[in-house]
Amino acid sequence: MQLFLECLFNGVAIGSVLLVAALGLAIVFGLMGVINLAHGELMMLGAYSTYITQLIFKQVPFLKPFYDSYVIVAIGIAFLVSGTVGILLERTVIRRLYGSPLETLLATWGVSLILQQFVRSVPLAYASGLVVALFFGLFSPLFISDDLLSGTKSKLIRACTWGFSALLGVSTGGILSSLVSKLSRASARNVDVTAPSWMRGGIDLVGITFPKTRLLIILITLISVLGVIFFLDKTAWGMRIRAVTQNRPMSDCLGISTETVDIITFGIGSGLAGVAGVAVSLLGSVGPNVGGNYIVGCFMVVVLGGVGNLLGTILASFSIGIMTDLIGAGRLLTIWPDMPSPLASTIDFFATTSMARVMIFALIVIFLQFRPTGMFPQKGRMVES
Amino acid sequence: MSIFSTKKSWINLTIWVLIIALIIAAPSLLPVFRLNLLGRYLSLAIVALGVDLIWGFTGMLSLGQGIFFALGGYCAAMFLQLNSSGEFPNGIPEFFGLYGVEKLPFFWEPFKSSIFTLISIWLLPAIIAGLLGYLVFRNRIKGVYFSILTQAALLVFFNFFNGQQKLINGTNGLKTDVTQLFGQMVGSEIMQRWFFWISAILVILAWFFARWIVRDRFGNILIGIRDDEARVRFTGYNPVIFKTIIFSIAGGLAGISGALYTVQSGIVSPQFMTVPFSIEMVIWVAVGGRGTLLGAILGAVLINYAKSLVSEALPASWMFIQGGLFILVVTALPEGVLGWIQKGGLKKVLFLIGINKKLETYPSLEVNEQGEVKS
Repeated sequence: MQLFLECLFNGVAIGSVLLVAALGLAIVFGLMGVINLAHGELMMLGAYSTYITQLIFKQVPFLKPFYDSYVIVAIGIAFLVSGTVGILLERTVIRRLYGSPLETLLATWGVSLILQQFVRSVPLAYASGLVVALFFGLFSPLFISDDLLSGTKSKLIRACTWGFSALLGVSTGGILSSLVSKLSRASARNVDVTAPSWMRGGIDLVGITFPKTRLLIILITLISVLGVIFFLDKTAWGMRIRAVTQNRPMSDCLGISTETVDIITFGIGSGLAGVAGVAVSLLGSVGPNVGGNYIVGCFMVVVLGGVGNLLGTILASFSIGIMTDLIGAGRLLTIWPDMPSPLASTIDFFATTSMARVMIFALIVIFLQFRPTGMFPQKGRMVES
Repeated sequence: MSIFSTKKSWINLTIWVLIIALIIAAPSLLPVFRLNLLGRYLSLAIVALGVDLIWGFTGMLSLGQGIFFALGGYCAAMFLQLNSSGEFPNGIPEFFGLYGVEKLPFFWEPFKSSIFTLISIWLLPAIIAGLLGYLVFRNRIKGVYFSILTQAALLVFFNFFNGQQKLINGTNGLKTDVTQLFGQMVGSEIMQRWFFWISAILVILAWFFARWIVRDRFGNILIGIRDDEARVRFTGYNPVIFKTIIFSIAGGLAGISGALYTVQSGIVSPQFMTVPFSIEMVIWVAVGGRGTLLGAILGAVLINYAKSLVSEALPASWMFIQGGLFILVVTALPEGVLGWIQKGGLKKVLFLIGINKKLETYPSLEVNEQGEVKS
């Protein structure tokens, strides 16, 4: 019983990191048919945002008393940072490649290379200044009335908003680099996020220790999933997103602005990658390559779960998580100690993290032999093209 | 029409003459270090040809060619290690001693034979590619799904080779430059010169082979699969067979390429199976011009040469340049450089500068046999 619970908890813990990381990927893939290879780097940006938030809370005097709550603030900041970069990516690159998913794949890989090198060679203070400038530049037109934007002076007004945003960005960068000396130099070294005191240690229950960081990650995942379900099911824009996912040309004909839907979806998907980045930063050190460790797992979740189906994504990530723990820790041997020796040695052979991956991939390929479109395929009578 | 095709072949001929002149001149012009680099890049051009066959002609983007590349490399390295391990304890390669292995693992045994090695370098990757491809294509998995699955397969192979110290020296890889072949050190200057010539000849042979494949009806079906697979199926062809065959051919080419690259770089390691390296192969083809075989070769050699030059001068900037190349080539130049030239890109530039006169109708009506505009 205890063993079963431990296995379940570990599996759910591994699976929830996968889930929160794959959630954004799955939504975007379902809607636009785009696989975003830069998703891992958006996670990396989220992880760095956590690091920067932590440093700011440590160094700025009036924020110091609230140091323990920086993780909560970091989630919001990471969502905004990754979401902003994601929207920029959609507007500049992915928009041009609509309808050619393989080209998108390559272009997003290029973006991921640039982002990786960017955090290596640009001081983090100025990098965050750039993100601030982008954020205000992209979103400030939303707060200006349409009359002004479509009037004769629209170009001037747009130029003004960008100029204002650039000013804000530069001053943010300057203030940050003077306040927090660690952020003023570029460094390729990995950084560490230290958990606040209330998150250290674990909770003992029925003889098992549940680490608090793992519990927090499960909670973050739960909130993200519930948030996404609420957004997709209960709001007007969620309904439009579902409509476009099901049938893009028809939704377009019925007056849904598919362009806006694409922006919103990509923004939310990228923002969720940022939230996943917060979770990842709590588990280990943060470096430019941190996203790469998770990205293939996310792809497997999307392939296994089926396109555009949240339930499939959830089930797939938890089953991969539990299988990873089951195989990687060699739990079958503990459950059944006196199994015949050839079987036992096979299980022993696969009982490491990397060999568990080998096994899980083989299992997924076997599974796809029976259900080529994943657990929950999209229903419809479209001719595959 | 005739003007168009002669012009195209004229461009190709020029490039070929240049390439062959370069290959012949290179050993006497370049220092050994650069010659060795050029030889390596020529061997990479072979894997690029394979990528071009499956992506440029058949429309399947594989992000896992590194598997077959590394397998070819491992085959060659295992033979070389066994060939020169006579003086070590137990007569097995030295690294086994580090992990306390005394008996040669069973799959090493056949690599004592040079003929078996020469065959397995291309046959083993081809068989594995065929098997993997068949299982995937049979279920009509394609497009992005295929790319992701190949990438996952790559990671699986990487993890396997990286973790198995006792079988193939794990993350350290197998060294080849200190091994012996025909009584010579493989890393020596004479041998490296030979490997350069072998690479150069094999690139040309591989090009003829690939051209022979795509020129025929077989090639037409491949292009048909790329453009509309459902229609090919409705016409009565079974795309699975064709896709499996071409994927396994590309795997075989990757194996040859990997073996040549290994003997010239002096080591084969799981690093050949990392994700970035396999995606890089795609960008060589994309920049050179997918769907043009010559473009794949040119792309592989030129981009790698640029990479080594840029990385020597400004180490940090190569990632930016490479990332920019990915974005630029898919958004602005989807045909690649050679495809762009062949589709009349140079002419457009000449129009823009104002050297060529703008045509009102079609070239066939206004341009004479010599390519001059009739007045």
